[in-house]
Amino acid sequence: MSTTLTEPNNKPALPRETIRQSMSSRKKTRGNRGGRSLLAKGEPMLWLTGGGLIVAVVMIIALLALVIVQGMVTFWPKHVDQFVLKNGTVHMGEITRDDTYKPEVGVLDSLPAEVQTDIANNEGWAHRELVRTGNFDLTNSHFHWVEDFYIESRSQPQWATVIERNAWGRFYGMPKAFMIDGKVVADTPEGTWAEFLKHHDQVRERWHVRRALEKHDIGYESRKIDDARLELKSAKIEHGVDSPQYRDAQTNYDAVDAEVNVAYGKIREKINALNAENDKYQLVMVTTQGQEKQLGLADVVRAYQPNQIGFGSKLGIYVSRWWEFLTDEPREANSEGGVFPAIFGTVAMTLIMSLMVVPFGVLASLYLREYAKAGPMISAVRIAINNLAGVPSIVFGVFGLGFFCYVVGGTIDEVFFKASLPNPTFGTGGLLWAALTLALLTLPVVIVSTEEALAAVPGSMREGSYGCGASKWQTIRRIVLPRAMPGVMTGAILAMARGAGEVAPLMLVGAVKLAPELPIDGVYPFLHAQRSFMHLGFHVYDLGFQSQNAEAAKPMVFTTTLLLIMIVAFLNLFAIWLRARLRRKFVSSQF
Amino acid sequence: MGTNPVMDKSMSTTESDLNNANTATVTQPDDRDQLTLEQIAATDNFKSETHDALYQESPIINVKNFNLWYGSKQALFNINMPIAEGQVTALVGPSGCGKSTLLRSVNRINDLIDGLHIDGEMDLNGAPIYDKSVDVIELRKRMGMVFQKPNPFPMSIFENVVYSLRIDGERNKGVLEEVCERSLRGSALWDEVKDRIHESALGLSGGQQQRLCIARAIAAEPEVLLMDEPCSALDPIATGKIEDLVEELRGEYTILMVTHNMQQASRASNYTAFMYLGRLVEYGPTRDIFTNPHLRPTEDYISGRFG
Repeated sequence: MSTTLTEPNNKPALPRETIRQSMSSRKKTRGNRGGRSLLAKGEPMLWLTGGGLIVAVVMIIALLALVIVQGMVTFWPKHVDQFVLKNGTVHMGEITRDDTYKPEVGVLDSLPAEVQTDIANNEGWAHRELVRTGNFDLTNSHFHWVEDFYIESRSQPQWATVIERNAWGRFYGMPKAFMIDGKVVADTPEGTWAEFLKHHDQVRERWHVRRALEKHDIGYESRKIDDARLELKSAKIEHGVDSPQYRDAQTNYDAVDAEVNVAYGKIREKINALNAENDKYQLVMVTTQGQEKQLGLADVVRAYQPNQIGFGSKLGIYVSRWWEFLTDEPREANSEGGVFPAIFGTVAMTLIMSLMVVPFGVLASLYLREYAKAGPMISAVRIAINNLAGVPSIVFGVFGLGFFCYVVGGTIDEVFFKASLPNPTFGTGGLLWAALTLALLTLPVVIVSTEEALAAVPGSMREGSYGCGASKWQTIRRIVLPRAMPGVMTGAILAMARGAGEVAPLMLVGAVKLAPELPIDGVYPFLHAQRSFMHLGFHVYDLGFQSQNAEAAKPMVFTTTLLLIMIVAFLNLFAIWLRARLRRKFVSSQF
Repeated sequence: MGTNPVMDKSMSTTESDLNNANTATVTQPDDRDQLTLEQIAATDNFKSETHDALYQESPIINVKNFNLWYGSKQALFNINMPIAEGQVTALVGPSGCGKSTLLRSVNRINDLIDGLHIDGEMDLNGAPIYDKSVDVIELRKRMGMVFQKPNPFPMSIFENVVYSLRIDGERNKGVLEEVCERSLRGSALWDEVKDRIHESALGLSGGQQQRLCIARAIAAEPEVLLMDEPCSALDPIATGKIEDLVEELRGEYTILMVTHNMQQASRASNYTAFMYLGRLVEYGPTRDIFTNPHLRPTEDYISGRFG
């Protein structure tokens, strides 16, 4: 102690003059350096923070622009090019994309000398275009690469026709003839096309009626027979084969069976009549290779001559394709047609998920923030919840499959749906389990934001309420929760955005490539939460990576992504609007 | 008078008792006039200088040997303080002296703080406030509370006023409207807001908000009104209105008010208690405290020589 005290005395004392000088000189330097220190002025931080924001904004805009541009152009009708190659082959179709590539040595050697020099001058790069030629049923391929150096001539034939079909993908060709009842009624392109336009709408109308019959009426009858069969089976399980109940069920089943068979017969008759009527109308097309193809008019979804129609007609086709995309079911392994079931599934799942996660999350955070005494236990719980947000979503999928589908669903099946075993009812992936799994996944988001909102409710509000003699719950219900509502909505928004965009866990717990029935329909009990469903996110994955016809599916990937982004944005906007309305209530004109 | 044995006992307190009771390290001079604040602050069970006039009043709240700790930090030391019924009592003292803590102990709103514990007694009309059998909710309903910063709830003026009735489940519209009007008239706010009682309370000015909080506090017809620096967030005009209101409410309600403002205490209160570092130093009729305090530190504080 004493040494430290004496230490200053050991230092050589500076003469006063020196100190004054050093001080004044320090002052000077400080004055001079004031303008030089960049950090002091804050400019580098401005650039750093602004730069960070710009990088983020640029990335977001680039991503959105890519998705929007690619997604919007998908349905625009492109013109059709016909390529005559030097070896006599003819390709006709829409140019999908082009690129430059380095031809192999063997290919290069076979080319004429001038072409070889051209390519050599271009550092070995040659240009080629990918042409969607369609006609898969005739040529076994959807696309052809057309190299520039092979092209003899290219043209845009006036009568080049694009036909979207129910099956086999697109058809590119020229109209040749139109047949009704086996008789040729037109054999010029103009005549054929006039006949096509005249009959197509009626034929498609009949086709839609037929599809509705197949789907709804037959579905209705088969549900009746399924119900009777299940009753019979449960009578057998519960009462045994010799019981009067079983005999009753058997009689009932026989009656229903007979009744349904009669109904089936009637429906089939109707369908056959419609098919027969439709089969009368045949469109004969000829491809550029000279092959003729007879198309049933009922199979033609849409047909047009892109090289001769004007902007208005193209716009009409564009709109009609979007309409089909939004309202119809997919066809051609999802690469064509609509995504309505996927839109429906996505929205239904997201809403059910929100309905489950928000109340659950709010209750949990109420306990954490309002009731629990702060301590190591609560801190541990809070850390665990925050870490839950970092668990890979596929792990939630595995948990959902194991716990919800197999344990919970399996038990439900054991208890309530014994008769339909071994076919699972709830014991497999479905809308309910997917919504629950995602609710679990998004729970941390809701809990964290709700907790923050609860913490932000001023203590003076609570004290005021307690001071009035309110109990804890009354204070929470009347003062704290309403105040925290906007924060809860923020949590819900984040949860919805996260949940709607999640795909990986859904693959395990209920999202499918093609769902035969919507999870909500007009049949009691209306919401069939056990049904598997389609999801836009999964649809994107399916189109992009599982499709047989990847090139054709690619534009649809962008369109579907665009749609998914728009749906999430729409759901979010709705929630934000709701939050703004709630917030307005708490804006004080004071302070 | 004389019905309360506790009062009689405290009346008999003499200076020799005081010296006997003192176990503090600092020796107290025999003459209490000469006590310094340092000596008071060093005494754990300081016997406060309570003027005789208080023993002539009938107490509605009686604080007896009250100690309070926040965790291990003691905030109140051996407070003995009868609060006169129907009168305005002001608690003054420098920041951190425990005025608000004492006030907030009366309706047990301090219970919400973790790690708080108390020792000693507090009675409301002879019934203990700190007792296991006491329903805190019921207790708080018997006392209205007004806070430092106006804290109207984010709902309509009407709903704010009838909040304490709502939580009791009162649904009768006639009753609610009557209470609303009576309370708003009671807090001198009715004429200003009668046309817009269904609009948000957050649209009122600060002074109006504070009077609304007073209306809310008196809606349930409490026995005691606790005011925790009710004017500290208000401008002088709003402050004047609140003081007028306190004047009007006197007699009807017992008012216990914390204030930092000496003038306010002298204008608005009947009794004044001076506190310092958790000790009640001197307590007596406001006029006496301001003109003829018994203890020197009180005089110093009142006259602005310290604090």
